Amino acid sequence: MPDSQTPNSQQSALREPTAEQRRHWRLVVEGVIAKHGARPEQLLQILIEIQEELSWLPLKVVTDVAERLSISRARVEGVVGFYSFLHTRPNGRFRVLFSNNIIDRMLGSQTMMDEMCRKLWLQPGKMSEDGLVSIGPTSCTGMGDQGPALLVNGMTITKLTHQRVNLISELIRKDTPLAQWPQDLFAVDDNIQRKDILLNSALKPGDALRAALANGPDALMEEMKKSKLRGRGGAGFTTAQKWDFCRQAPVDEALGRVVVCNADEGEPGTFKDRVLLTRYADLVFEGMTLAAYAIGAKKGFLYLRGEYRYLLAPLQEVLSARRAQGLLGASILSQTGFDFDIEIHMGAGAYVCGEETALLESLEGKRGTPRIRPPFPVTHGYLGRPTSVNNVETLASACLIATQGGDAFAKIGTAQSSGTKLLSISGDCAQPGIYEFPFGATIAEVLEACGATDVQAVQMGGASGVTLAPSEFSRKMAFEDVPTAGAFMIFDSGRDMFEVASNFVHFFAHESCGFCTPCRVGTSLLTGYLDKLSNGYGSKPDLAEIDTLNRVLKSTSHCGLGQAAANPILDGLKKFRPAYEKRMLHQDFEPAFNLDAALERARQITGRDDAGAHILEEQA
Amino acid sequence: MMNAVVKPPRPKLRVATTSLAGCFGCHMSILDIDERLIDLLELVEFDRSPLTDIKHCGPCDIGIIEGGICNSENVHVLREFRANCKTLIAIGACAVNGGLPAQRNHLDLQEILLEIYQAGPVIDLDHARIPDDPELPLPLDKVHPIHEIVRIDYFIPGCPPSGDAIWTFLTELIAGRTPSLPYSQLHFD
Repeated sequence: MPDSQTPNSQQSALREPTAEQRRHWRLVVEGVIAKHGARPEQLLQILIEIQEELSWLPLKVVTDVAERLSISRARVEGVVGFYSFLHTRPNGRFRVLFSNNIIDRMLGSQTMMDEMCRKLWLQPGKMSEDGLVSIGPTSCTGMGDQGPALLVNGMTITKLTHQRVNLISELIRKDTPLAQWPQDLFAVDDNIQRKDILLNSALKPGDALRAALANGPDALMEEMKKSKLRGRGGAGFTTAQKWDFCRQAPVDEALGRVVVCNADEGEPGTFKDRVLLTRYADLVFEGMTLAAYAIGAKKGFLYLRGEYRYLLAPLQEVLSARRAQGLLGASILSQTGFDFDIEIHMGAGAYVCGEETALLESLEGKRGTPRIRPPFPVTHGYLGRPTSVNNVETLASACLIATQGGDAFAKIGTAQSSGTKLLSISGDCAQPGIYEFPFGATIAEVLEACGATDVQAVQMGGASGVTLAPSEFSRKMAFEDVPTAGAFMIFDSGRDMFEVASNFVHFFAHESCGFCTPCRVGTSLLTGYLDKLSNGYGSKPDLAEIDTLNRVLKSTSHCGLGQAAANPILDGLKKFRPAYEKRMLHQDFEPAFNLDAALERARQITGRDDAGAHILEEQA
Repeated sequence: MMNAVVKPPRPKLRVATTSLAGCFGCHMSILDIDERLIDLLELVEFDRSPLTDIKHCGPCDIGIIEGGICNSENVHVLREFRANCKTLIAIGACAVNGGLPAQRNHLDLQEILLEIYQAGPVIDLDHARIPDDPELPLPLDKVHPIHEIVRIDYFIPGCPPSGDAIWTFLTELIAGRTPSLPYSQLHFD
């Protein structure tokens, strides 16, 4: 998103701070850095915490941080520039970000944003003159079941209505501190609609660990293998195999291995981890502890996406409670030598950090650029240590396996996809929310369960997944048929599938990390072509260009983001071609803009309006 | 009896070239194919081109465009080429990407013109003003690569492409093959 600022805010950004301000800034920097022990790998966490204090990151503060951590200023600025929630210019005392996912848009987020802008007298992306507020869009906030949603200073507000927008505008205008806002504004529903083994689990904290400790790590690994559990983050790698690679990898015993729980649930339309972390946090942390026990890890991280900032305090409480119960820390459950603790790291608005190597870079306090593999994280992960990165749902499922055994787990589901899957269902249906289905359920079954009729398409697995047409609704949700990371977005026959694809492609262009050229440039070009079609300048040759770009993106991008960026259009052209064809308004090539309008500025400047000062439409 | 069939000479392909918002560097590079220009003239004849000084383009087989699109005249010339040439080629960085002239794209047009015609080293400051003669083509608000205005069939990158690259490209195209440049001749700067 281009960082547009009013002259006023630019001035205040460039104005020399007063001596008192500088003192305050230094105090904050010192405090936060002292808390993190001046370790450069904490850089991202340090910057996030400083920004929470100061509401922005003045460049002088960036310099101070670099000095205190003894790293180059360029590195700090590089990190600040990478994460969309960090900014070096003031964005107002209230920063309002409307979730921009297609589902939120279908629920009217754009109208709500325009309305709030009107009420507060400002333009999207610009800060109000008095430095009070700025409003803008942001990628999916993981509230598709209760949208439209927004973040205000990082805190989530869902179920926006005109009344709520009015109320929020009023609170902002009166400069009411966030802590004094009515608490029910911040309520987030769980919306659990269908439970199966995982969500029905009545395990108490420690149950799974005790079961595992009774039989030893080798037995746990054996059960994991029998369970055939596969990663729930989308790729579906066998969890036991990942753990096995990690525990076999040579390690410096003093540093130990690392378990990372990937809670960077950034895929548009996915919110199942949100619910697991709200209601089943113990299960998730216990799963991490089981992983640590199996592979011999001392250190664990939960990487929580910035959009779920509101979950941080409750999760910290769960961690404290577990430490008090002897389920975390030194000698867990009195087992000498079983030491393991978990730290929560926050993300700051970068979808690509859901990719495990980008996530590790981010954990190390760097820009979230995906690494080149091999070496894989299981041998060279966090700070070069053997690291197992697992999805939230995978780790929670491990608890079921530890208590009930691998065979019982493998009995559920299909041959190649054991167990159940949480689906985050949103869009055009009667009851959006979380549905737990055994693998092998057909799309039609799922649609029936959530009360969806007149369905035109289902987007499985989020923006990077597949778009399914009604002819495919008999297909099964399973790694061997339609794999999914959990997003299930429903579009009825009134929706324009071109708009859907366009929304996803804009999302990818915004989230591209910029490291590799095919993705950085390719996603921008793709959005250009889709905008061209959408603005009525489309022609057949454009489709050929889109096709070429799709192939370049798919075959040459550095990571899955660029490779997947073309998926929505590829599927769209294959299955919903009329939505594209109707935008091919011209026989032959057309420019993406009006040529005569491009002369308007020059006409104004010169005062000319003669025939030569215009460009006419070409005669066909 | 002399019965030998005299093959009618193969009709020469017609080629037109022009430079729009460019520096004529690509045309200099065309001249850099040196004495092979004689061989080329065995195969082609030139229509509108700085080499012939023909003012308007007639029906042609190949059109070669140097430079991007910065004003209304560029648009008219480009449209004339597209309407008359079976195959249209963008040659050089400016035609392909907008190149150096496109550096003005992040500035406001009025600021640029004022800078040149009023704030610059102006001889007669009292009468200095932005030219508004109807004879002059008006500048577009942005400079565009030519493929954003009309359909383009081939692109030869380089600033400028080497004479060898141009020679390879044209001889391949004239021979009826899909031209592709060897790695050694393909560069973007």
